[in-house]
Amino acid sequence: MEDVSTLKHTPLHALHLSLGARMVPFAGYDMPVQYPEGVLKEHLHTRAAAGLFDVSHMGQIVVRPKSGKVEDAALALEQLVPADVVGLGEGRQRYGLFTNAAGGILDDLMIVNRGDHLFLVVNAACKDADLKHLKDSLGSVCDVTMLTDRALIALQGPRAGAVLCELWADVASMRFMDVAEAELHDVSCIISRSGYTGEDGFEISIPADAAVDVTQRLLEHPDVLPIGLGARDSLRLEAGLCLYGNDIDTNTTPIEAGLEWAIQKSRRAGGERAGGFPGAGRILAELTDGVSTRRVGLRPEGRAPVRGGANLYADAEGRTAAGTVTSGGFGPSVDGPVAMGYVDAEHAEIGTRLFAEVRGKYLPIAVTALPFIKQTYKR
Amino acid sequence: MLKFTEEHEWLKIEGDVATVGITEHAAGQLGDLVFVELPEAGASFSKGDSAATVESVKAASDVYCPLDGEIVEVNQAIVDDPSLVNSDPQGAAWFFKLKLADPDAANALLDEAAYKEFVA
Repeated sequence: MEDVSTLKHTPLHALHLSLGARMVPFAGYDMPVQYPEGVLKEHLHTRAAAGLFDVSHMGQIVVRPKSGKVEDAALALEQLVPADVVGLGEGRQRYGLFTNAAGGILDDLMIVNRGDHLFLVVNAACKDADLKHLKDSLGSVCDVTMLTDRALIALQGPRAGAVLCELWADVASMRFMDVAEAELHDVSCIISRSGYTGEDGFEISIPADAAVDVTQRLLEHPDVLPIGLGARDSLRLEAGLCLYGNDIDTNTTPIEAGLEWAIQKSRRAGGERAGGFPGAGRILAELTDGVSTRRVGLRPEGRAPVRGGANLYADAEGRTAAGTVTSGGFGPSVDGPVAMGYVDAEHAEIGTRLFAEVRGKYLPIAVTALPFIKQTYKR
Repeated sequence: MLKFTEEHEWLKIEGDVATVGITEHAAGQLGDLVFVELPEAGASFSKGDSAATVESVKAASDVYCPLDGEIVEVNQAIVDDPSLVNSDPQGAAWFFKLKLADPDAANALLDEAAYKEFVA
């Protein structure tokens, strides 16, 4: 077990304790896994009203072009990610992947064009490596800085827009993946209409010294409950979203992971800025030629959850290996078990019936389209 | 006779048969249960064997057999409705009845006061 005394605290740590959270070590931070309501109710509340998450452990990185021209930062970042960054408009956000020379995924991230610089949000467990990677590769063109004096919260769910509107009316005009700067209770925040639940919602970057105040005011709203990492995981799983380290890592390529939508036309073969990112040879070839293993949704036929790590077979006797589950659990909104994993291409067709090994038994499980719930993004 | 284990099971012992469940403390720690798997009647277990599985949204946990014995009955009600384990863990949500190989072995388990002290 990790030594609790060495764990880092987010600016909202004391607030979590005062709310009765159960704390666990996560990516070097002491984080709330659940509050007294419990994972099941927190999950359902987020889909019915609004949930508030502390995601301050994630890395917030500013990439500022030395030339003053954001295009220069965008071109530089395109050397590390297969996304179209140059074509990202001011005040817009896009999902991206850091790839390595073998075509594997080093991390996934959000990229924002903030007008005169790029703003990135990266995973907590990868943030130090990401910062070094960015500095090593872009350091001659950009100043790369980790923001350590800001909290990050997410407000997610069908009531999130109405709740945030009470603090800042202009939020109503934001679309999915828009990013704006706004004063919430006289605190300058960066608001993005995005999230990790499949619901409409927002991620809000707040100066650390004002984070408790803004968060408490949002929690005062009767529609809002605090939500821990437990429900964050079940919400993202139902939404079909990858968890770095589980569903994607250096051993999976973007194409195997089914993330080809994160590679826009301009970066593909024949595009204006085709390739030019680590592993482009393999990744672009896979786009054309296909892959031998694919990430798919998996829906167990029974009630038993099938967890990450379970082996998949083509037959009920466990003779012919077909793949591995990478994330799995119980989906409270689906009201049944849900999972995702990698299967050999010949078993990847939706509707294929496979068998998952759970405690020595082979349980039927169907290859299913993702997501498991209807996404409600405001496009 | 009511006994407890450090693995958070309770045993209500009548003659050589123990009714076994998980404690209120354990149910609270596990959170809302969504799945329960019970052993088959007739199965034999040694003390410490995994005899049942309970799952929350987040994780699966084993329920250990508290003493050597044979399963004589299981409680289908908690399979049909796992939330019963959260609402009435030390009553209606018993897991299984165990015919004890050595009823005297129960004397070594915790009594209620000792268990309460253990989880305090």
